[in-house]
Amino acid sequence: MSLPFLAKKAIDLPPIVSIELIQITEKTNIPFAPKAKKTIEKIKEKEKKLVSEQAPPKKVKKIKPDSIPMPDDKLKKVEKIIEDKQNPEKIDDEVKQVSEFEKKELFDPNNIAALIDKSKEESAETTKKTNKVTQDQDKNIQNTGLTLSEEDALKAQIFGCWSIPLGLPYNENLLVRIKLELKPDGSVIRSEILDHARMNRPGQGFYKVLAESALRAVKLCQPLRVPSTGYERWKELQLNFDAREMLEG
Amino acid sequence: MGKSKNYLISFLIILLFPVKSFGLIEVDITRGNLNPLPVAVSPLSIDDKSKKSFEKLLKKKNIGSEISLIVENNLKTSGLFNPLDKNAFLQAPDIANLKPRFEDWNLIKAQALITGKVSNFEDKLRVEFRLWDVLAGKEMMALAFTTVPNNWRRVGHIISDKVYERLTGEKGYFDTRIIYVAEEGPKTKRIKKLAIMDQDGANNKFLTLGNELVLTPRFNPTSQMVTYLSYFRNLPRVYLLDIETGIQEVVGDFPGMTFAPRFSPNGKKIIMSFAKDGNSDIYTMDLENRIVEKITNHPSIDTSPSYSPDGKYICFNSDRSGYQQIYVMKSDGSNVKRISFGKGIYGTPVWSPRGDLIAFTKLHKGKFYIGVMRIDGSGERLLTENYYQEAPSWSPNGRVLVFYRETKTDDQGKGFSAKLWSIDLTGYNERILKTPTDGSDPSWSSLLSK
Repeated sequence: MSLPFLAKKAIDLPPIVSIELIQITEKTNIPFAPKAKKTIEKIKEKEKKLVSEQAPPKKVKKIKPDSIPMPDDKLKKVEKIIEDKQNPEKIDDEVKQVSEFEKKELFDPNNIAALIDKSKEESAETTKKTNKVTQDQDKNIQNTGLTLSEEDALKAQIFGCWSIPLGLPYNENLLVRIKLELKPDGSVIRSEILDHARMNRPGQGFYKVLAESALRAVKLCQPLRVPSTGYERWKELQLNFDAREMLEG
Repeated sequence: MGKSKNYLISFLIILLFPVKSFGLIEVDITRGNLNPLPVAVSPLSIDDKSKKSFEKLLKKKNIGSEISLIVENNLKTSGLFNPLDKNAFLQAPDIANLKPRFEDWNLIKAQALITGKVSNFEDKLRVEFRLWDVLAGKEMMALAFTTVPNNWRRVGHIISDKVYERLTGEKGYFDTRIIYVAEEGPKTKRIKKLAIMDQDGANNKFLTLGNELVLTPRFNPTSQMVTYLSYFRNLPRVYLLDIETGIQEVVGDFPGMTFAPRFSPNGKKIIMSFAKDGNSDIYTMDLENRIVEKITNHPSIDTSPSYSPDGKYICFNSDRSGYQQIYVMKSDGSNVKRISFGKGIYGTPVWSPRGDLIAFTKLHKGKFYIGVMRIDGSGERLLTENYYQEAPSWSPNGRVLVFYRETKTDDQGKGFSAKLWSIDLTGYNERILKTPTDGSDPSWSSLLSK
């Protein structure tokens, strides 16, 4: 007997779970397919109606009062109205853009090179930025327009709200810049990730996670602790979220 | 003319020195809290009919709650999430699953919410789940699984993996197994069996009966195949065991001692050390044609080889410098470089599946450490220190290590135990893995569902 005795009970390995995908897109994109179907149907109905109806007043203005609308003109108008009402076409454009982007990235070698260059530029930019951080105080006075105590108050508040995703690698260049538009009371009107495109680029999962955590921090913190005066100075504000220091330590 | 010259100069000045007040105010946020992310895992809702049918079948009162408990437990043990107390939930599972009232979840400080539904679909278990970003008020992910009811634990693990991946950016490690050596009896007369369990300790099974000594089981990174050492007539032999079929075979008979067999990343080769005429070197064996190749050729003791995930490099242990240290070489044996230079001796190097780190055991001043270093030897970090511990094995995502730790025997020779432990790369999240017997030499499988 050269083989070790095996336990008599057969090893019960359950079959592999089948995975059925419902949706993994963001909420805004979810209703696309069913909605598109409905809108197309609606449009079809409207098309029927519109052919027999008069065009809306706005469009009528453009028509010379004397001229008799030719059947062709009417058709064009109808098409235009459809375009106005119909989102799918717009969305279609967007979808195309995405696929073009992917296509380029996948198949055009020149473009890959360009992308690499771009990412180099980006990283160069960010490293420059980190150098700047060492001269933090100078920057406060000259550039930010916030006094040290004003900036400290804001920083301290956001430090408390930001849950840094703990799984992030500490050795990758992850800097998320968010531009905020604020109300005088510090509540956020609009928040925008400045390198938004990077979020959906393949292989940028960590960046996306960090960006989402930064957005959550802003939402959790608002109204932000902004100075009571000088709204014009800080109505637009850029927050640079950088977790490296924390993750390394 | 003079005037236009002035204009030109002032225009140039404006161009060169833009007015600062137009600049956007920038504030650098370099600190945050490192607390685990507060997440609410709502029990999965289930209709009465399905509930009763599954209760009869699986002997579980509410399978929806049971699955959510698995998810909750996984997220908690990862150390990255803080599942909130279910008693504080304001919204019932059936309503939360449709459209959560984010204000309610915001109130209990949840930043992410997991909801879902279980149903009996043609005698199969159908599980839907959704992950919500509470603060942004939007859905982050939604998936459904259909499987045989007995698979309910795995569904919980797969949900955990998906949530983990969406919230951390890296793959999870919950739908995995750990194979280890189960040990029983006094230290001098240990019975050692091969055993396997889910990563969370459930479904423990013994694979061998304990008649022979078994050592160093290692998972194939691409399949459910295991390689291990077993003694036959006092000689160690390398075996292959297919966990799915239970079929096993001897890889080869080697006249000397073989140690520490391990698979190559593509699962087609085994790499091991092998002692011939009193000298240990590293060898590989191609599993298809059984051709053995000698990789190192040095009078010193070379052991514990482990491939890099791309298969291009091998890290191993050697005492060629006088003490046991870690070395890295190309997979053909060329370009040998020593990478460990710290105090103490280093052993059991294992390359991370992510490729960026090498885990090791270190002995220094009578204490054992489990640590990691970068592949060039820089950035050494010791994660845990103890009386005796060794044999780290990586989780498939390269974030957690499982190893074993022994306790001292007292004067009467009692009190000895060997237990499996895990620790993550932060070094803070250290946990014991519950096993029915003592355990040693763990090896983590890759993800079962890819």
